[in-house]
Amino acid sequence: MGMTYVQKILARACGKESVEVGDVVEPKVHLAMSHENGAMAMNQFVEIYKGTDLEAKVWDPDRIAIIFDHRIPAESAKTATNQKKLRDFVVNQKISKFHDIRGDEGGICHQILPEYGYVRPGYVVVGTDSHTTSHGALGAFAFGIGATEMAAVWTLGHVLNVEVPATIKVDVNGKLAEYVGPKDLILYLIGKITAEGANFRVLEYHGDTFKNMSTSGRLVVCNMSVEAGATSGIVPADDETLRYLKQEAGVSDKLELFGPDDDAVYEQVIEIDASTLAPQIACPHMVDNIKTVDEVAGTKIDQIVIGSCTNGRLDDLEAAARILKGKKIARTTRMLVFPASWRIYREALKRGYLNDLSEAGAVVCNPGCGACLGVHQGALGDNEVALATTNRNFKGRMGNPKAEVYLCSPDVAAASAVTGTITDPRAGGR
Amino acid sequence: MGKIVLKVGDDVSTDIIYPGRFMATVLPTETPQYTFADETEFNKKLNAGEIPQGSFIVAGENFGCGSSREQAASCLKGWELVIVAKHFARIFLQNAINLGLQMVICPDIEAEEGDELQIEGEVLKNLTSGKEFKIVPLPPARQAIIDAGGLVAYTRARLLAGK
Ligand code: SF4
Repeated sequence: MGMTYVQKILARACGKESVEVGDVVEPKVHLAMSHENGAMAMNQFVEIYKGTDLEAKVWDPDRIAIIFDHRIPAESAKTATNQKKLRDFVVNQKISKFHDIRGDEGGICHQILPEYGYVRPGYVVVGTDSHTTSHGALGAFAFGIGATEMAAVWTLGHVLNVEVPATIKVDVNGKLAEYVGPKDLILYLIGKITAEGANFRVLEYHGDTFKNMSTSGRLVVCNMSVEAGATSGIVPADDETLRYLKQEAGVSDKLELFGPDDDAVYEQVIEIDASTLAPQIACPHMVDNIKTVDEVAGTKIDQIVIGSCTNGRLDDLEAAARILKGKKIARTTRMLVFPASWRIYREALKRGYLNDLSEAGAVVCNPGCGACLGVHQGALGDNEVALATTNRNFKGRMGNPKAEVYLCSPDVAAASAVTGTITDPRAGGR
Repeated sequence: MGKIVLKVGDDVSTDIIYPGRFMATVLPTETPQYTFADETEFNKKLNAGEIPQGSFIVAGENFGCGSSREQAASCLKGWELVIVAKHFARIFLQNAINLGLQMVICPDIEAEEGDELQIEGEVLKNLTSGKEFKIVPLPPARQAIIDAGGLVAYTRARLLAGK
């Protein structure tokens, strides 16, 4: 019987010929990523070694990445102290993939990992962050775990007692219309299968829409796969993956490509005609509360956010700048921009996107998670409404349970900035 | 046996259980104070010590969806609450098992705030209504971790056994 992509990756990571859905396996980990919440993993790591007489040492300092992104620069003494402790840990444990608060190599973890070539096709990647699913865009089996589980990985180098998940095949064909992009595709899919539709399952993406999609777009889709509950989203690595890793991430070692077997067994197959999609909006307070843009057009917006690990990349800033260049953001709204990394920031600066956005009235903030999780910058006032290119709109997500968050693509966000209300980028606003 | 002290609906996210703004707090001794911080009345009762250990929270589908923040399981564990849900989101379920938080998967649960519940093997009894509901066992892959009392102890044992 054939294996799905993730079955194949797991079989390799376990040194087995094959694995079946439901098997309990302990795959070795190729990359283990944490951000500020590594502070919690660090405490548990110390706990594990307590009373053992063994020196607490991570299994492989070159396979651990720690990236500060959630609260940078630190918003409080407590955060700064956590970051300080982690910095010491990085030095003591000789962890090589460390991205501190720096304007040269900093950024959001899910951007830094691909950008620096830390993820390769066929890898098993774990991260103490639910959006670790992002890295499926490069053909890795990547999933989120908690801090204690990370401490166990740091100790042993493999994930304990993983049940091989079933896979849902998502077959997407057709050309996305102008002003419709990967964000609209994943929002549509989440709306269709609901926020728990893929719980404990893998979403494996196929079809010519994905073949023609850039790695940046694939990152959007895999990033938000977790919003359908998926353990992981994954796009079989192909020529585009190799191009990205070589050209953009500077990877020079030989990469091996393999995909799922032709006779792989899927739990379900979902087919989508991408050419029929309109811009999609996730409405408060659930990410599966999906409407098309015309159904909510005219909704008044107080704050627009462009950024995050979902849509803070160069093509997203370009899309926004194209719409906003020479225009003004409505006086009734405000717009915050958080590029996903400093590398993106600098490139967007060079190309003039940041200038266009700033001249239109946007506030360009430092790369990082920023307003996305509502602890740091860009909190919302009571009864305010936000429109964001981020990935979650749970009640309280942007720091205020009395506020509302709508999610959309960068095109919709930019077009809406001009009018101050939710606006279809295909109609006016541009 | 315990009382249902809070009943919530479907898709209760980790942003509700443990809001992101308290994420700089990482010690298990400090997380409980922020449990359901935005459900102010419930949070007040917890912090006033009015909710006995072993009390139940009853939820609908997909409890714990969203972020991987372990504080969401850690804070509930701190109060020794028992969580009954129709089903749980994956990462939350895993975190809860890893920390030894007691969870009950009960797809057919019918109960109201104030009802008394009792777990008897694979059955959840609502002593107030007299109804009984079947419990779905936790993932078998995780049983060894549950039996060890959590992932720290389990990993330590594996470490000492040479992986
Ligand atoms: S940008 Fe938002 S979703 Fe992405 S890692 Fe940061 S907080 Fe999480």
